[in-house]
Amino acid sequence: MKNVWLHRYVVLWAFCTLFLVVAGGLVTSHDAGLSVPDWPLSYGKLMPTMEGNIFYEHGHRMVATTVGLLTIFMAVWLWRAEDRRWMQNLGWIALLAVTAQGVLGGLTVIFLLPRPVSIGHACLAQLFFSTTVAISVFSSPSWKRGSIMVDDDGAPPLHWLAIGAPLCVFIQLALGAAARHQAIGILPHVAGAVVATGMVLWFTVRVLMRHADYDSLRRSALALVSVTFLQVFLGIAAYMSRLATAEAPQPMPVMVGFTVAHVAVGALTMAASVVLSIQVFRNVRRPMPAMQTARIAIPF
Amino acid sequence: MKKIYICLGIVSILTFSGCGKKEPESAAKEEATAPATAPATIDDANAATVTGKVAFSGDKPTMRNIDMSANPACARAHSGAPPKSEEVVVNDNGTLKNVFVWVKSGLPERQWPVPSTPVELTQKGCMYGPHVIGVMANQNIKIVNNDPTNHNIHPLPKINQEWNESQPPKGEDKLKRFAREEVMIPVKCNVHPWMRSYIGVVNHPFFAVTGDDGTFTIKGLPPGTYTLEAWHEKYAPQDVQVTVGAKESKTVDFPFKAS
Repeated sequence: MKNVWLHRYVVLWAFCTLFLVVAGGLVTSHDAGLSVPDWPLSYGKLMPTMEGNIFYEHGHRMVATTVGLLTIFMAVWLWRAEDRRWMQNLGWIALLAVTAQGVLGGLTVIFLLPRPVSIGHACLAQLFFSTTVAISVFSSPSWKRGSIMVDDDGAPPLHWLAIGAPLCVFIQLALGAAARHQAIGILPHVAGAVVATGMVLWFTVRVLMRHADYDSLRRSALALVSVTFLQVFLGIAAYMSRLATAEAPQPMPVMVGFTVAHVAVGALTMAASVVLSIQVFRNVRRPMPAMQTARIAIPF
Repeated sequence: MKKIYICLGIVSILTFSGCGKKEPESAAKEEATAPATAPATIDDANAATVTGKVAFSGDKPTMRNIDMSANPACARAHSGAPPKSEEVVVNDNGTLKNVFVWVKSGLPERQWPVPSTPVELTQKGCMYGPHVIGVMANQNIKIVNNDPTNHNIHPLPKINQEWNESQPPKGEDKLKRFAREEVMIPVKCNVHPWMRSYIGVVNHPFFAVTGDDGTFTIKGLPPGTYTLEAWHEKYAPQDVQVTVGAKESKTVDFPFKAS
């Protein structure tokens, strides 16, 4: 019973983290990062007047503090209630990540948005959210029911795709963060979109064509391919809205809306790719050496 | 010989210990403050004057409305009509406002006296006024907040030291200065993302900003040949060469075209 509540708590924690990603996206899109010049206090107070862009920056700090507290509680709960040692460790890693994320956020304010720190802050946010989703999966009742163990003798091995797809998505997110913080132009991010989408399609189509009978694999693959298509659409919309409002004297709601949605769905895409990879490593048997030599190269 | 090696070692340590460190603002200020020679004075008897206007041709750009609804204190200050973006302001006489005109090169190597009176940059109605100002390096800029709301002042220089400070409603004025020549330094308020101003920092007093009539006057120039630059935040800068003799007045116009 206590583990059911732990799982529910972890899911709530993951949702709060996604909300934190949205809050962070709103800060960058409104150019509000330095609207509060001090840190850790805001205008020397715990609660400044929430006016103009201070609402976004201080709001982000408040949500981040909440997620930090939720993470501390989650790590302690895992440590007390979990029998699996690696899960306990995962909880501590999450706590370490959220602490580092808070420090990076503070450094962006103190050192006036140095690009490497801002990009690092954006990338760690994505990794942290994926960690919360992974812990949600590991703590779920379905995970505890055990694995199905199916064979896959396609080439390249499905496990390779299970590593390659999240890696490509993460690189694409990092390119997006770099473009957003004006460290690079938009072209690498556009090229990255082609590669990441291609990789995700290869991975998901392969899973759906060969293992669609298995709920955990099918659902995860469908979720990943769905958010990826949504993400591509949002990326185009975000770029077009940015071009359309380039002459505006301030960030316009249409641009902010599409861009923040693109950031949030980017986090969901990363998390979905991690979940599908987890399901592949859990439920698909690694090809035996004999099978590897005998297999035929089939792209899907 | 051993002593020479020891001396070289100490010198090397002292040299490299300074590498990689950001130069503190105070040091930058001191460097520019310390005059190499006695400050030059403007020879009024022989001084030349350059006047002119910045003309604008083509379709007049629409001044876009600013939406201040996110901060009611700002919106209340403009209850009559919505404030407009000052990115491109074309005057009624077809000239361009907010153009920074300055002597880019040709001046003799001198240390020009820095005026003791500060140039004021005001935040009123959640807009910077004036939109463009010019100062000499190390001349004070008095930053005033006349609004009943918080502002942060955040210049984005490439050569000078960047800083970001808050100023509470009707708070104490701030005196700030930049140590090195830099044309231009954008200034923004991150609380109110539509607020933007530009500061031109030069090593001499020969600059002007066009106003409601689009004209400029640069007085007190020593005789010589100069390159004048007209800078505008949206359009590419324009350079013009001009030669002036003693007591001479010359007219120079800068034609800007709509892009």
